Amino acid sequence: MPGGVILERLRELFGPALVETHARHGDLTAVVERGVLLDVLRVCRDEPGLGFDVLMDLTAVDYLKYPGREDGPRFEVVYHLYSMGHNHRLRVKVRVDEDDAVVPTAVELWPIANWFEREVWDMFGVRFAGHPDPRRLLMYEQFVGHPLRKDYPINRRQPLIGPKT
Amino acid sequence: MTEIRDFMLGEGSGTGSGQNLQLGVGPAHPAMHGIIRIQAELDGEFIRKADVEIGYLHRAFEKDCEVGGYNNAIPYTDRLNYVSPLINNFAYASAVEKLLGIEVTERCQYIRTVMAEISRVCDHLTCVGASAMELGAFTVFLYMIKAREFLWELVEDVTGARLTISYGRVGGVKADLPEGFAAKVTAAFKETREVLDEVHRLLTGNRIFMDRMVGVGALSRAETLGYAITGPLLRAVGVAYDVRRAQPHWAYDRVQFEVPTQTAGDNYARYLVRMAEMEQSMRIAEQALALMPGGPINVDFEGRPIDPAAYVDQGKQGKTEGLLLVPIRLSPNLQGQNRPAWEQVNAADKRVVLPPKETTYGSIEGLMNHFMLIMEGYGIRPPQGEAYFASEGANGELGFYVVSDGSDRPYRVRCRPPCLPPMAALHRMIEGEMIADMVPTFGSVNMIGGELDR
Repeated sequence: MPGGVILERLRELFGPALVETHARHGDLTAVVERGVLLDVLRVCRDEPGLGFDVLMDLTAVDYLKYPGREDGPRFEVVYHLYSMGHNHRLRVKVRVDEDDAVVPTAVELWPIANWFEREVWDMFGVRFAGHPDPRRLLMYEQFVGHPLRKDYPINRRQPLIGPKT
Repeated sequence: MTEIRDFMLGEGSGTGSGQNLQLGVGPAHPAMHGIIRIQAELDGEFIRKADVEIGYLHRAFEKDCEVGGYNNAIPYTDRLNYVSPLINNFAYASAVEKLLGIEVTERCQYIRTVMAEISRVCDHLTCVGASAMELGAFTVFLYMIKAREFLWELVEDVTGARLTISYGRVGGVKADLPEGFAAKVTAAFKETREVLDEVHRLLTGNRIFMDRMVGVGALSRAETLGYAITGPLLRAVGVAYDVRRAQPHWAYDRVQFEVPTQTAGDNYARYLVRMAEMEQSMRIAEQALALMPGGPINVDFEGRPIDPAAYVDQGKQGKTEGLLLVPIRLSPNLQGQNRPAWEQVNAADKRVVLPPKETTYGSIEGLMNHFMLIMEGYGIRPPQGEAYFASEGANGELGFYVVSDGSDRPYRVRCRPPCLPPMAALHRMIEGEMIADMVPTFGSVNMIGGELDR
């Protein structure tokens, strides 16, 4: 399915909930509202014409210091989908504010979302509502803060911890 | 007997007692090549439940990338998958090139293809060798490390280093291939093929090996896709997905190769896939070397060979009259004039690629160009935007998602590590199996701490 058709189909289904679409650098991108995120992902996975059966990557970007976006929603959670059958890719993004940094979990759709979402929580402090195991993934429990946030200084030291007691 | 077992394993342990034994494996464990911790709940010798804990090698790769310029991240990418670092280098550079919208030269694409395939063979050799060693086949490990040594010598020849190679650059590569490289590759591949043949005869039909591998650690096709597992583990369940075939980059669309698959999805199928892939990788590298366009010999506009050292000396003495008229195409490291050209391996884009050193030292334009790329606040500055570039790493899809804010530093670099998804699914592979089977399964996943924890 050519790229324009995928975005057209999503626009048809979700209309105004689709905030923005573009295909810069050949990467199809759809920014959606948080309310319809799971529906969008489900349609992408289940509709035969789309068939995005793999959640290739899930990450986030902190736009706190991005020129021109300092006042907008701070975080963007980015889903990279891939379709084995059709060999096409789609990037789905959802924007959330700092004081309401919650996104519904996609664990029911793809089990890999479990670890990816744990990593996003760990690194950015974006919570995933309904996540079955909301622990940090890479950092240790006692770590304070979320290191990939733009206001986390790279040279901050945290005390060494001993073995768990 | 019961008392002894209670003393050895803790009270109430063992089958039938209704209470399972908690066993922590790792983070440092002799059978774990890599630092992870598996908290296993054992019922006798069977794993009932497992919790995999990672992060012991976290080095803030993504955060560090945001601090320096675009090329400053190249050495960090070496340390992602440290068994095949060249692939990481090139994949990251390609992601930034995608963001910049530039094309690297034909010869550079072939060089990237050749070096990536040599790295892939190294990676598979290490993986198969190490997992065979953990099952007691120490000979295989030694043979495979011997073969890897031949290939690492090739890498050393090209990059000057064995592990921390930092050979890729945004817009090209550090330097051209050395003289006589194709012949060295042929010799090294001959040795590697002999080793693979020996290993094939030692392992593929070996009773002990098969007993430990066949039917162990299997994942279904649906679960493999659900866990976004790519690479040899996905091809072992019968899905012929390979980024080199599905979205050809570099020179993969100009070479012939097969994507080997198996259907069983167990450790043995993964072993077979890896063994077959090594042969395909060598095929790709050989074809790419044969197809590689040659660089012109470095001569001046009248066809006379240029002595680079004399050229630089003249430039330093201010005798630049006439020199600027000569199109200088010399090797970047002043090693001689009969090396193919810098332009052959680097994109002709002054916004991105450092000029050859002769130009830097020999002309004011070259010097300015050099400073514009090196000075704080200048450097490579892609337009605002984002790009995701996927390439086939040794363990699966290696993706880089780069966001630019228009400055000289990446706003965000995300590495999609190919071995994180299989690690997320590791508990599904080992639950219900015996504790001893954890070792070959973990070996077949080929976890690389550097890219898993970043």
